[in-house]
Amino acid sequence: MDELDRRIINALQGGFPICDEPYREAAERLGITEAGLIERIERMLAEKTLTRFGPMFQVERMGGAFVLAALAVPEADYERVAEAVNAQPEVAHNYRREHALNMWFVLATEAPEGIAAAIDKIERDTGLTVYAFPKLKEYFVEMRLAA
Amino acid sequence: MNQGRSDFSPTTADVGLKPDLHPDDRRLIVATQSGLPLVPRPYHALAEQLGLTAVDVMARLARLLEEGVIRRIGAVPNHYALGYTANGMSVWDVPDERIDALGEQVGRLSFVTHCYHRPRALPLWPYNLFAMVHGKSRDAVEAQVAQIAVLLGADCRAHDVLYSSRILKKTGLRIGSSL
Repeated sequence: MDELDRRIINALQGGFPICDEPYREAAERLGITEAGLIERIERMLAEKTLTRFGPMFQVERMGGAFVLAALAVPEADYERVAEAVNAQPEVAHNYRREHALNMWFVLATEAPEGIAAAIDKIERDTGLTVYAFPKLKEYFVEMRLAA
Repeated sequence: MNQGRSDFSPTTADVGLKPDLHPDDRRLIVATQSGLPLVPRPYHALAEQLGLTAVDVMARLARLLEEGVIRRIGAVPNHYALGYTANGMSVWDVPDERIDALGEQVGRLSFVTHCYHRPRALPLWPYNLFAMVHGKSRDAVEAQVAQIAVLLGADCRAHDVLYSSRILKKTGLRIGSSL
């Protein structure tokens, strides 16, 4: 990643234009060519410096639900439980964290009712209690980090 | 006490505000969720793919952005690739009657990327304020967590930081193409 990549990332973590030729407009603001910008974005996607280039959605505003949940998994059983949890299509991410609650995952469903069904399924498949932490209030969400 | 179970039903903050999503909006979301076409006229390319006009595609995207269905349009960096390899989920037990004021203040800190009020699950989990902190090292995250502790002062009754030690799955949400 070079200086221009950093400038592109910092300038384009939002505010990509909605117009006929948005790459040209964004490139002009950065002082580069349209083709140059497209090529850089393609390369950063291929190198996985960028995970995506496009709209970021807020699933709740589409009628879906997003719920953080955790399990206290016995160490000896960890791999089996991780496999069972990951097998659920509703599980969008899953992380091991160091705590008595040592598996933290996000359930994302297209309808709020899907959350309860996914929790039931995980409890049946793992034999463990799912602790759910639905957000009661969002104070801030902005996954924008300086490159 | 069967903690957690009584809490799982999505709250008003989780439930959709737009159950009336138009089928064309939905098709547009499905078509763009893996990214925008990397061609000079991406909205025209989408329009052609969906059998809509470019004007309609742009108007729909602008409206979805205004309504918050789209948070923003642009580059989504891989934070590990940017060097943010340490991320800690800092969790705090603060008085419920003070949490909104405190959550707003914590959310304004530059290194906090997500900040939420979530339910406790006593006795295992006394924490009700969650703040995700990203840093380029464990030390950086710890220094940032210390700043949150100073900000909360006596309102913080207990806290912890849970570091992710392994990514078990990371796919993100995928909206199906069926209605």
